[in-house]
Formats: sequence, C-alpha cells, structure tokens
Amino acid sequence: MLVDKYPKEIDRILNKFPPERKRAAVLPLLYLAQREYGHVSKEAIREVAGILDVDPTQVGSLVGFYTLLHSKAGGKYRIQVCTDLPCALRGAEKFAEELCDNLRIKMGETTDDGLITVEEVKCLAGCDKAPMFQLQAPDGIHYFENQDLESAMELIEELRQRGDDA
Amino acid sequence: MSEELVRLKIDDIDVRVPKGTKVVDAAKQAGIEIPVFCHHPKIESVGMCRMCLVEIGTPKRDRGTGELVLDEGGQPQINFWPKLETSCTMPVSEGMVVKVSSDKAIEGRKQILEFLLTSHPLDCPICDKGGECSLQNQTMRYGSGESWFLLDDKKHLEKHVRLGDLIVLDRERCVQCARCIRYQEEIAGDPVLAFAERGRDLEIVTFSDPGFNSYFSGNTTDICPVGALTTVDFRFGARPWEMDAVASICTHCPVGCNLMLNTRREASANGRHMIKRVMPRQNERVNEIWICDKGRFAHHFATSDKRLTKPLVRVDGKLVETSWKKALERAAEGLKVAGEDVVGLASGRVSNEDLYNFNALLKSVGGRAILSDPQAGGELVQQVGVGQGTDLGALGEGDAILVIASDLHEEAPIWWQRVMGAAKRGAILVVANARKTRLDSYAGHVVRYRYPEAAHTGLGLLEAITGAKDLSKFSGDEALKLAAKALTEAENLVIFCGVEGLTYTESKSLSEACAAILVETKNVGKAQNGLIAVWPKGNTQGAWDMGLRPAEGDLEKALADAKAVYMMAVDPVGDSPDLAEIFSGDRFLVVQELFMTPTAELADVVFPAASFVEREGTFTSGERRVQRFYPAVKALGEAKADWRIITSLAAGLDIELEDSSAAAVFLRIAEETEAYAEISYQNLAEVEEQWPPVGEKDLYFGGTTFKNRQGLGVQLAPTAVKDQSIKIQWSAPPEFKGKKGYLLVPVAELYNHGATVMPSEILHPRLALPVLRMSLKDAKSIGVIQGAQVDLLIDGRSEELQAIAEEGIPEGVVLLGRGLGVPIAERQYVEVRLKA
Amino acid sequence: MPEHILLRHRDIPDIADLDVYLQHDGFTAFKEVVKNQTPEQVIETVKAANLRGRGGAGFPAGVKWSFLTPGVFPRYVVANADESEPGTFKDREIMESNPYQFLEGVAICSYAAQANTAYIYCRGEFWDLAHELEGKIEALNKHGLLGEGLFDTDYCLSIYVHLGAGAYICGEETALLSSIEGELGQPRLRPPFPAAEGLFAKPTVVNNVETLTNLPPIINRGADWYRSIGTEKSTGPKIFSLSGHVEHPGNYELPLGTTFRELIFEHGGGIPDGKAIKGILPAGASSPMLTATDEVLDTPMDYESVAKVGSQLGSASIIVLDETVDIAWMAYKTTSFFKHESCGKCSPCREGTYWMYHILKRFQDGNASPSDIELLKRVALGIQGKCFCALGEFSISQVIAGIEHFRSDFEALTGDGK
Repeated sequence: MLVDKYPKEIDRILNKFPPERKRAAVLPLLYLAQREYGHVSKEAIREVAGILDVDPTQVGSLVGFYTLLHSKAGGKYRIQVCTDLPCALRGAEKFAEELCDNLRIKMGETTDDGLITVEEVKCLAGCDKAPMFQLQAPDGIHYFENQDLESAMELIEELRQRGDDA
Repeated sequence: MSEELVRLKIDDIDVRVPKGTKVVDAAKQAGIEIPVFCHHPKIESVGMCRMCLVEIGTPKRDRGTGELVLDEGGQPQINFWPKLETSCTMPVSEGMVVKVSSDKAIEGRKQILEFLLTSHPLDCPICDKGGECSLQNQTMRYGSGESWFLLDDKKHLEKHVRLGDLIVLDRERCVQCARCIRYQEEIAGDPVLAFAERGRDLEIVTFSDPGFNSYFSGNTTDICPVGALTTVDFRFGARPWEMDAVASICTHCPVGCNLMLNTRREASANGRHMIKRVMPRQNERVNEIWICDKGRFAHHFATSDKRLTKPLVRVDGKLVETSWKKALERAAEGLKVAGEDVVGLASGRVSNEDLYNFNALLKSVGGRAILSDPQAGGELVQQVGVGQGTDLGALGEGDAILVIASDLHEEAPIWWQRVMGAAKRGAILVVANARKTRLDSYAGHVVRYRYPEAAHTGLGLLEAITGAKDLSKFSGDEALKLAAKALTEAENLVIFCGVEGLTYTESKSLSEACAAILVETKNVGKAQNGLIAVWPKGNTQGAWDMGLRPAEGDLEKALADAKAVYMMAVDPVGDSPDLAEIFSGDRFLVVQELFMTPTAELADVVFPAASFVEREGTFTSGERRVQRFYPAVKALGEAKADWRIITSLAAGLDIELEDSSAAAVFLRIAEETEAYAEISYQNLAEVEEQWPPVGEKDLYFGGTTFKNRQGLGVQLAPTAVKDQSIKIQWSAPPEFKGKKGYLLVPVAELYNHGATVMPSEILHPRLALPVLRMSLKDAKSIGVIQGAQVDLLIDGRSEELQAIAEEGIPEGVVLLGRGLGVPIAERQYVEVRLKA
Repeated sequence: MPEHILLRHRDIPDIADLDVYLQHDGFTAFKEVVKNQTPEQVIETVKAANLRGRGGAGFPAGVKWSFLTPGVFPRYVVANADESEPGTFKDREIMESNPYQFLEGVAICSYAAQANTAYIYCRGEFWDLAHELEGKIEALNKHGLLGEGLFDTDYCLSIYVHLGAGAYICGEETALLSSIEGELGQPRLRPPFPAAEGLFAKPTVVNNVETLTNLPPIINRGADWYRSIGTEKSTGPKIFSLSGHVEHPGNYELPLGTTFRELIFEHGGGIPDGKAIKGILPAGASSPMLTATDEVLDTPMDYESVAKVGSQLGSASIIVLDETVDIAWMAYKTTSFFKHESCGKCSPCREGTYWMYHILKRFQDGNASPSDIELLKRVALGIQGKCFCALGEFSISQVIAGIEHFRSDFEALTGDGK
C-alpha cells in the first residue's frame, strides 16, 4: 500500500495544497502510484482515491486524459519520439521509422523482451535539437536530443545492460 | 434569483425576467425556442455543446461618460458582438438585443448539429430513445438534411457498456453533453460519473464500486438528450408511442413522488397490460422532476406472478382456494364470534380509503385498529406539520433544517437530495444521530448521542432554546447549544424526525421535543416551517389521519388479548417469527395481502388485495400532501381493492360502508375528518404550469419527465394555523439502563429484501447484504478482520453473518439492516462472537 | 543587442549557480520591492513598462494584476510553464539555464499580487528540469530568500513546483487551474476571470515564464529603460524560438520589432542547402502561416505589425518552411496536433478537428477527391467562431491559410478519390 510505503512522500505532497483542497494532490500521487506499480492500475486508483477521500471515479477518469499516465503496462522503458511539425522538418519521421525497423517493431509496439516501447508524441520543446525523444523510465522522464539511429541504439543497449538494477 | 427585473428583446419580442436569468431560460419563458443539449435549467450551465449559440447585441455606451449612445431615431445603438455566444451562459442585461432566428444563428445551429451527427450512429430503428429523443427532434427541426461526412471515418465505440447494474451506456450515441455527470455531482451528491480520455475519445466512465453507485442513477436517462443512457429495466421494452401513461404515486417511502406508469398490452403476459417502465411526473413541491431508483425499478411486485389472485380459506389445516362469497362468509363468521375482542393491524402501505374503511369497521365492532409502524408523532404532525405551500426546494440561506434519528439517504432518498440542495443553497443543516450518515458532510452542525438518548438531545435543544428550569437535566454541551442557536436564528425551520434505534416511547418523547422546538421558535402554522416525520411507509401519515394508532410498545399483548385479528398489508410474523405462536391455536386470523407471507401462512382466511397500480385512491405524504393515484392495469386474477374488500366484509357484519367508488369513500373522509374537509377528488386533480417545462415538445429542455396534467395534490393545513397559541407538552424519555453485550440497532436499507423489492430482479445485484456493521475498535476486540464471519446470538437463536468494520459507528453498537432476512423487530442486546 | 537580459547565461555562463546569480544583482529587485515598495507601486511600474504577456496572448501584465479583486484573500500566483506549442522552447531554456531570474520574477509577481503561495505548473515532460527547479527553490529557502519573514518584514512566500502530465490544453490558463485542482484539464467559463476567481476560487494571477523573467530587470533598471527596447506598443526584449529549415535553429533574444529577415537569415543562418524559403509560421501551429514574400520578411516581429500582415506573433515561435515542404502535409501535421490535444469539451473542436484530420489524411494517403478541398474549407469555417476556447479556433489556422496561399499543393494530391 502506498500509504505504508511512502508516508513521508505523501505528506510532503499533501502539504503543498490547502487541506480542504486535497484533490489537487491527485497528479503527484498518480505519478507515485505509476512509479510503484509500473502503470496506473485499478488498485492504484482505489488507493489514491482513498488518500484523497474522493470517489475512485474522480481519480480513474484522469488517466486517459493525460498522455504521460498509462492505464496499461507497456515496456519497461518508453521511447517517445517527437514527430511533430518542427521536428519532422528536421528528419524526425525518418528517424522514428528507422528506429522501429531496427528494433523490428511497429510504431506503438513493444520489443519482444518487454524492454522498449516506441511511441510517437507531440512537441516536446526540443525543436532546435531534432531528432530527439524522451525516455519514460520507471524513475522519471529524461530527454535525449540531437539523436540519430546510432546514438539511439547505443542508449537502448545501455538500458538492456542495466537490466534489473535500473 | 433576484426580484429586480431586466428588460431585453429576443427576436423583436419584449421580455422581462429577473436579473440573473440566462438568455436561454428567458427565451423559454417568452415562448421562444433556443435548442440546447448540455443546458438543463436545474443544473449549472457550462456552454459546452454550443447548440444554443445566438447573436448578442448590447447597448453602446460612451467610453468616457458611460451614457447610452443613441441613433437618429433616439433609440440606443446596439453593438452586436462579433461571435455567436452561448445563450445558456449569458445572463440577461438591460437593453440587450438577442437574435435567435437570424441567418447567422440558424447557420450556426445547423453546423453544430452536423458536427454532432458525424459521430452519431444511425441507431434510431433500434434505439430506446426513438420517439422521445432530443437529437431526433432537433435534427428534424434545425438540421440541414445532408451530411458530407464519409462513413469510413466514423468513430466506432463500445455500444453496450454496463455502467453498474442498472444503466446501459452506448458510447457511440453519447454527445458529450455532460448532463449526467453534472446531475450526479450537483444534485444527486454522487460524483460517480466522469469524462475520461480527451478530444473525440471523450467518454463517460465510472470507477465506483459497484459501478454507477447512486440511488438516483435512473434520472440520468431522463435528462440524457439521446439514447446513450438507457435503463436495463426498459431496454428494448417498447416504443414510447405504443404505451399508455397513467398517473400514480410511489408507495415505497413517505416522500410521495409523483409517477407516470407506462403500460402496454403484452403477448407474453396473455394480453395483460404490463407496466413497462416507471417515469417521474413533475411536481416541483414534492419530487421536482426526479425519482429514486427504488421507485423507478421496484415496480415488478405489482404485476408479479407470485401475487395472490384468489381468496383462500383453511380447510383441514390447509389453505385452499375458494370463492369470494365463501371467504367473506367465513371471515365474517370468525369476527362475529369474537365480538368486541377484535384487533385490526394495518400499515401505511395502503391508501387513505382503505385505512378509513378499516378503521370504520374496527370501530363499529368495538375493536381496535392498530397501526403497525411503531413510530410516534402522527398527531403532532397534524398540529405542527409543514404549512401549506411548503417547498423544500425553496429553502436556502437564512433557513435551518434539523434531521434527527433518521438516515434520509436510505429512508427517503428524494428528501435527502432536496435537503442537500437546501444546504448547498446556504441553509444551515443540523444532523443529529448516534452514527455517521451521509448527510453529515453537508451539515453545519453534527450532533452525536447514544442511541436511546435521541429524545435527550431533542430536549437538550429545547432547553437551550427556552432555558426552562424543568429541562435543565437535559442541558447539553457547547456544541449542542450552538446548534440550538442556529435553529433559533433561522427564519424558517423544518425538522425531520425519525425513529432509528428508538423504542416507541422514546420516539414519542423525541417527536414531542421536536414539535416543542418548532412552537418555541415560532416556526409553526406557515409555509416552509414544521415537523416532518420520516415514516417507514408511504402512507403512514394517512393512517394516523384516518384514526389508526400504534400499539405503544405492547403489540404482542394486544394481539394475544384478541380473539380475532384482521390484518391488512402487514407481515408481523415475518418481522418477528416468535409471534407465530400467537396464531398457532384458536385465535381467528384474517389476512389481506399482496403475497403469501409467513403471516398469511397462518391465517384462517386470506383475501387477495389489489396493488396500487390496479386501482385508484389517495395517499398522504410525509409533508401532508394528499395525492391521487390512478389505475394503470387491470386487477390481477380476482384481487380487489382493499377498501372494497373491507366494505364487503363489513356487510357480512351488518355494517354499512361505502361500496360505490374510491371517490365516494373519500367524500366520507372529507365529511368526518376536519383536516380533509376542503379536499375532493376534483381539486386533487388540479394542476398549474410549472417551471421548468418538461416532456413532449419541451423534452429537449427539461427531459423526458412527464408533464403533470393529472393533479398536484393538496397540502393539508396543520391545526397550528388556526390555533396560534398552541402548546406542546414534552414528556421525559424513559431512563435507559445499559446491559452487557452489544446493542444491536436495526437500520433502514433502501434495497431491502422486502416483498415489494424482491420481484424486481434487476435490483438483485444491488440488494443490501445482511452484514453486521461495527466500529473499528469493536471489530478489533472481537478479532474481526474485515469481512470475517461472526455468530450473532439474538433472541436465543444464532445467526451467522459477515462482519464489516466502519468509521462513524459508536462503540458498543452493532448495526444490521432491517428486512434483509434476519428478523429484528427492535433494538436489543446481543452477543457477537468470531466464528471459530 | 549586445547584452542578454533574459538569456543571461549566454553572457554569464554559471548564472544558474545561486552564488553567481547573487553576485550579479540577483534578488536585489525582490528585496527592493519587499522592503521599500508597496504592491501597488510594483503594479504601476510594470504597467508603465508596458510588459505584455509572453505566452502568446500579449495582454499587458500590469493591467492583468490590477484586476485582482480587492480585499479577497488568499491570492495565488501561477507560473505557466506548460510550454507545449510546437516550435516553442524558450521557457525551457530560461528554466534550465537562468532559473533564478525566473524564480525572482515569480517572487516579485507574488509580492505585487499580495500572494503568499505560488505554483509553477510545469509540463510533465520537463521532469528533470522540474526536479532541478525544486532544488533551486530549496536553496532559496535556505538562503532566506523565500519562506517566512523575508528581509525582516511580515511578507512570506512559498513556491511549489507542480508537474502536469502531458496535455497541451493545460497551457490555457483556466484549464491549467482546473488541472492543478485535480480535475480534467478542460477550460472553464470566463467570466469569472482568474483575477476574480482563479485557483481554488481565489483571485489568481497566471503568467508565462518569460513574462515573469522580465520582472527583475524592470524593477532594477526601471520602466523607462524597459520601454527603450522594442517598439512603442511592444516593449522589451523577446526570445524568439527559431526552428524548422534554418541552419542554426535555437532561441534568440532580440528586441521586439526585429524583422523576420534579420532573425531567419542573419541570426538563423538562412535556409540550408541553398533552398528557397516558402513560408513562415510565426506562432507555432496556432497562427496562420505567412508566405515568405519580401513584404512579410521585412515585417517587424511585434504584435501590431504581424497582425497587419494577416497573422499573429503569439509566443514568437518561428517555424521556417523551405520550398520542399508540401503545405497539405504541413496542415496535416498541425491538424493532427490539434486533434490529439483537443480536450473534447465543445462539439465544434471535438468533432471538427477529428473531421479535418481525416480529410487531410485522405490527401496524404492519395485518396482525396477534388471536392475535398472545398469540404475541408467548409469544415474549418464551420468550426470558426463557435468554440469554447482558443484551441479550436486556432486549429483551423493552417487549413485556411494553406488552402488560400498554396491551393495547388492540395490539388496535386487529389486523384480520383472516393
């Protein structure tokens, strides 16, 4: 249970907001749950709703609205490549296609070993350093810019080496 | 809504409406149609669907002086806003000019409809809403008739999504108007629906457990402008234009919601008229345009196969079918022999006409007519009940409401909804109970007491108000005094008085205290003020008015003393199996019922009664409104209306009672009962225009609730109106001596396993479970882990139950729902042991 | 412009270090206002400087602050760091490389608004940056530059970082407030405006990161100095995010009023591979594209001048298109963006962006018929003027402009169609 494992963290989050407005803590708590469970499961929704004293509907309904919250488990790492207009003008679409080909998956799919999911996303504010992508890892989101196929595959190899330590 | 009026022009028509009115409502009041989807006059406007777009113009003012700029004709120049604006979010302003029928507005409407229809499936041939669908009507009226959308691009979504057990969602039909979400949040107090995803993927979801967990879910299907939300009960049932509509009144609780019963002849029922669905009928003073799910879905009992359809008499120890003639003869014989030692027992489930005749019969033979509902206060309500013209929907800032010893959410959901509404509008809510109930979160003052001491709290409030010395022993703490202050300072005060966890005598003392509070604060004899008793049945107030009285705690003795007992609409043996002993010998028992109950099993004669949908009559609600109900289907088998059976039985005893019609019985009631003197079947059928308009051509605006053309009923005047110097004498409640063990308190559950609920199979997944609820501390000391099995030792027998620990339950108390299969007549001490 | 006022790290490399920032007049402005000025005085200064919102709307910041309902407390300041407009990456650079000036700006704004709590709503993708920022705030707390009893006065201020979770619409101020409150990030009705009823129904100021970063120099050097940069109506320095087909994409801090030509060719290095310039999107995906005529290229980049040539400066995110860009494809990309980001609240945007997307996809797949061009235009015009918020209105920008200026690109993609 999140309350048992992260009492200090949860308190810190709740203290950011007026006590009668606990509901504002829902996004930070959902991030915490996602970190713990890998995705926002029904159980996670119930737990967060319990902390905030609201009906689970008011927590669960948010997950689909926000791109960074996932209701289903995916690969351990999500490589989210920006293929929006400014990046596309600088070769991002080609890069994304090549990356998928190299990993032998289609855009949106996960590699067989469950390590990497590749997804297309909208503008990440890295337009001057295209092609670029963000890595959604268990511990957070990290930017990798000025990428090409080689550097991307190097990173993936490194992630593969990290194995279960990451 | 303020009193100040604002003048504006809508399509060249002069309109005057109160300040704060939205343009869309102002137009409706002036008879100008502005089509809407997301707007509903009872819910906060959001301006989402954009269907109500109109052209808005406001008078031009000089920037420097603020003066109106006039044109050559001396008229104010009008600045038309550059974009179309949503009339549902635009408040009226002085001199505003609104164009509803301009080309620009018409074009805008067409465009919005075209957008909505690109996603909407062509389901009309199979959609329940067909014929009463807002989208259909608006498309016919305002649509362009052509679409340029390619079918290949159409978004495909799930079509039969069970939102909980009672409601079905069709995602393709949903137009994302959010009426359902907003109704649940604002009016029902159950925010269990929400939007998920975004953009075109926006969809309705529920994550509550069980899904769509609300007692009011059915109302969303009335206000849904399309066939997205439909009920499991009525799904694929019938076409609206095939059905007949008959006005009726719900009998499940004392709110007295106005209903419309839709019926159709069914081949599957051998050509019988069956009730296809129960719909709300608008009565703004009673239930507005809503009904709770119990009233909506628990109607199958009326047309159930298990109904008694023939009279029965006991022959050689067995009940056998017989003719009415023979059954009546036998019953009359048995009663005659008993002379004056006849006791009649009836409940508030039947109509005034039935109860009047019942009382008349018992009086005539010198017997006693006992009201089975063991709750005091009916006479006090006659004296200081709410005044004529009371409308809970008009209570708000400056007013106060006290709810004591009652869990309104389970006992009278629509009152709960309206009291919550009043609290949201600023009324101060004082909730007094031994345990936490749902109304607590809206209360300005929450008062706790130990279960048997509800009356002490009532008297404590009275003491704080009057300072009377003889009340000093009931003086309460600071919190109670603050609550009393709130009640005193309120302009209007309504008190809901229940009987949770109380004996009859305690409830007598409590209701007296409540009545006295109203008298002392001068909140009697006028509208928006008075006492409302939260009765267990729909017409208990009517029973009191017709002269029945509870047994005051000695029902068993009264029955045992009688030589003959005549029961109508009660099942005392089902509630207390021990009573079966009384009827194991010679005592003559006549039972008049809908179903074969444990009590009926012991009878010498059983009369099959007609249910409320098979006949007409009147009920008197807890707010003392007398309302008519009409017959919707033919009586089942040989069942007859209760009052008629009594008349026939009386004839066999040479007693003359009215035998022509229910209306004629009512004439006698009016003659003999002062409070009912001014009432007749004619004036009960009077109606007036109500806001918001609903149904038929207005269904896009207010929903498919039925317009009330059949009668709004008449509210009785409390005697305090004439008797201004009324005084209420309070009585001290009996001293309560605690015992060892846990105090078991029976509590009300909306979805109990009663005979009027069980025949509705769709409610079975929602039935309350017989679980023993206890405080967290007690659970710990008994050794209960959530959901563990325990043995409940009650009345010398052992029941195995699941135990649930809950917050808000006092220590030393265990709660068990009434009518869930474990008979508990009243509060008592029990033992609880963890099952080995 | 020799000196950087906003991207100060380009002159002083380690300015992201608190000690370095303090050495370079860091927090003198905040100290000055808290100790020696009233909130009203600060508002007057900012009004006099005519600082206009840098998030895209260009609304005068000081005027916005003066709308706060008097006598209603508490107040809140929310910094809009939800930078999600395609082609915009200026707020990111500020927060990464000159964070303390931004934080000082938040502090000054809070003091002027008489707020004791400020939230920085950071888009969720800026995860690392947001956690860094929390560390910087912690450092300020330790230094007594944030927290209780600042500079020996009664004034207290807490700043919190709040992460979004991936939704462009949350950059719209009322949607942003909804998102903080824990609801879906859908925009709210206005009125009431945030200055009257904003966060938690209290008077709230919402300002863009770049706007706030302007505050310390304005206080330190005065409104007159600030007005000496830029044009008469569009004062001050602006960060222009330049991307697309240029040699040197990146952020460029220049005075408002600099021309497109100067930005793209002098600073941006011109179009790579000797290609000709075809079009310019001056405000990311939101404002109509401009054909790269001489008139356009010589237009000063300020709010008034860009409006005169038929577009808007917005957040000043200039995306450059060269001759190889198919405008139908470009419109497809931007429409795909708006369809993905539409919150779904109002019918025209929800249904309309979906519909436009599918028509444009037909063009990309080679299935479009000639009548699809008129259909596309009709749908776009059907959306226009009917939406709940600006996202829906802006979603049609490239469609309308694209068909108007480069209809032939669309026609080239039509075949027999369906």
